[in-house]
Amino acid sequence: MPASVTNFATHFFVLGDPLIYGADASIVLVTLAILFVLTYFKKWGWLWREWLTTVDHKKIGIMYLIAALLMFFRGGVDAILMRTQLVWPGMHFLQSEHYNEIFTTHGTIMILFMAMPFIFAMFNIAVPLQIGARDVAFPYLNAISFWMFFFGAMLLNLSFVIGGSPDAGWVSYPPLAGPEYSIGPGENFYLLALQISGIGSMGTGINFFVTILKMRAPGMTLMRMPLFCWSVLAASILIILAFPALTAALALLLFDRLAGSHFFTMLAGGNPMMYINLFWVWGHPEVYIVVLPAFGIFSEVVATFSRKRTFGYASMVASLMTIVVLSYLVWAHHFFTMGAGPGVNSFFALASMIIGIPTGVKVFNWLFTMYRGRIRMTAPMLWTVGFIPNFVIGGATGVMLASAPTDYQYHNSYFLIAHFHQVLIGGVVYGMLAGMYYWWPKMFGHMLNERWARHAFWWFNIGFYVCFMPQYLVGLMGMTRRIYDYPGDMGWNTLNLVSTIGAYMMGIGFILLVLDVVYSIFYGERDKTGDPWDGRTLEWSLPSPAPHYNFARIPIVTARDAWWIMKEARRGDLTDVSTTEGVESVRVTQSKQTAPQSLKQSGPLQPIHMPKDSGRPFVLSVCFFIFGWGLVFQWYWMAIPGFLGILASLLARSFEKETSYHIPVEEIEKTEAAYGRL
Amino acid sequence: MVYCKEMTKLSTAEDRVRHPEPSHHQHGVGVPIIGFILSIVLTLISLWAVMNKVTTNAGLVTLIMLLAVVQIAIQLFFFMHVTESKGKPWHVWLLGLGFAMTAAVVAGSIWIMTFGAEAY
Repeated sequence: MPASVTNFATHFFVLGDPLIYGADASIVLVTLAILFVLTYFKKWGWLWREWLTTVDHKKIGIMYLIAALLMFFRGGVDAILMRTQLVWPGMHFLQSEHYNEIFTTHGTIMILFMAMPFIFAMFNIAVPLQIGARDVAFPYLNAISFWMFFFGAMLLNLSFVIGGSPDAGWVSYPPLAGPEYSIGPGENFYLLALQISGIGSMGTGINFFVTILKMRAPGMTLMRMPLFCWSVLAASILIILAFPALTAALALLLFDRLAGSHFFTMLAGGNPMMYINLFWVWGHPEVYIVVLPAFGIFSEVVATFSRKRTFGYASMVASLMTIVVLSYLVWAHHFFTMGAGPGVNSFFALASMIIGIPTGVKVFNWLFTMYRGRIRMTAPMLWTVGFIPNFVIGGATGVMLASAPTDYQYHNSYFLIAHFHQVLIGGVVYGMLAGMYYWWPKMFGHMLNERWARHAFWWFNIGFYVCFMPQYLVGLMGMTRRIYDYPGDMGWNTLNLVSTIGAYMMGIGFILLVLDVVYSIFYGERDKTGDPWDGRTLEWSLPSPAPHYNFARIPIVTARDAWWIMKEARRGDLTDVSTTEGVESVRVTQSKQTAPQSLKQSGPLQPIHMPKDSGRPFVLSVCFFIFGWGLVFQWYWMAIPGFLGILASLLARSFEKETSYHIPVEEIEKTEAAYGRL
Repeated sequence: MVYCKEMTKLSTAEDRVRHPEPSHHQHGVGVPIIGFILSIVLTLISLWAVMNKVTTNAGLVTLIMLLAVVQIAIQLFFFMHVTESKGKPWHVWLLGLGFAMTAAVVAGSIWIMTFGAEAY
């Protein structure tokens, strides 16, 4: 074999590392297994019709959820590998270069391919149902958003086994990430994967912004919206305003790498610090993009499981909107040590501290909602209650970091690592898991098992503190981030050992969570009522899982907590009836089992206008994947057809006339009758 | 309890979002095409100016930024129909917020990238 071929193969297939061979083998085996199962059970048509071409927000939400959990697993494995390497000084588990790749992919995957799809899963599952809509404003765009995210994520994940992972950190600062210091396709994978999935995120932001403002059921004024919808509105505004900065930064860096431009080089008039600036113009709003929906979920969960309306609704809304504005004015606190003037650092330090105020308001509102409520400690509530102390500690250390002079001590130390994991895990992951447990019956029609859920929660929650509390200390003792080994005489050994034990405990918590899902698919309590938690918002007025048109009749909203008010009104009606003879039947009607029966509605059904499914979002995203792959390796023979495919897909859509259809009344009647709601 | 009986009315409310009245019914297909040509011309002018170095570096930067502002206006008026609205003009709110935040980012970035020059 000629040397050039051998050389190409060595780099293309990343030869020489046993861990990568393991990944190769597992990827091939899993792919073969999926292909075999789909073929053996003749599921290809089903996969295409029901999932790949769907524009139904509920199914897209489920796909986002599955992708987020898979990416959570991948990012979690990365974390476990890192903690194993750091368990004791002088470990020979990972080579230094491999360690760099793993912390890079861990960060990138957890933020962009775990947290983002997880919040989008919740957006899709809950928002249209909560505002009484039949789908999002732009269902076709919604499908594009999902597939763009999916293929972006695939592109980044494949880099591990083909071509080599990016290894310049999840922030990918030049000049390290520039063409001179990051040779090979790794950084290109990072740039193009983020760019492709970023288009999807932007689409989702626009989609939900319009959906919430334009498609609310009659009577649902903004101030009657569930708080989760408010948080999604806030996050959507941030997505629309923040993502362009990332797009610009990544595009310019890509030009530097592929086209030899000099935006972020040291010479020829470039300035790498401009990349850092632009990255965090997006990066700081990004943490609020992922945490605000979590806040929204906590608001829903706390109100439902305390059986009280949210304390201080208006102040919750005000604080969300304040955070939207403020989060845009704090980005420089990520690089206080870059050398900006004292005026800059003071301004951004102050702005960062001020953002603690609206956040604090929210924490107190959750506590006051629970105060004297009838609290039920279900799985979603456990994650919510677990979140509060977590976030208070994370917030307090955040204020410490926000102080620019002291930040010179904390910067890039494990203190920082512990802080942002505490707010991102304690805030976002806890929030998303609370939301997952909360809306699971609405998605799949069965509950998740509470016993497994409690075990998973306690392993994860205790593991979290065991893992990250030592990191605060070891950070104050001087340990910096992104090191793969450390001297044995610094007094860091025990703390690192404890931290690794905590990471493994969190891993056990995650495994228990997955086992809960698997167990509950077979044995979980079926949700026949559609309202298993005695909920307050409109999604619980529907059967579980909701029919594909959601609402047979669009509800008219008269107050906040619309579904709760409807139930109250019905209870009121029934009390009057109970004075007459039919007491027995009234009791039955009041019990949870038959609650939906009383939803029998007057008024004739009308045909429902729905969007048509389309395979084009999938095809378009495949073209983007081919285009991206071609650019990663600078194979223009591959990139150009991919690009032409993109153009063709867009053009084909422009000339498409029939994009929707009407569901006839008979079909609605049949579906509703099957749910016992006619 | 209370459900809307006037479904026809509602489905048009949904239709309006899902199928916004195609603007070329009002203006003809000409408006977007004019916008498209204008935006290409603007791009070509900036490319030409930079490739031929028609003026000093500072002058080029100023020119490109000016052209970018014009480009924004073209996008807003020719493609995004910023003057048209049915119902509440939410887009004006978001546009205002967008301009405020863009101003904050531009001013903030310039301030940051002076690297303390103001203090000395």
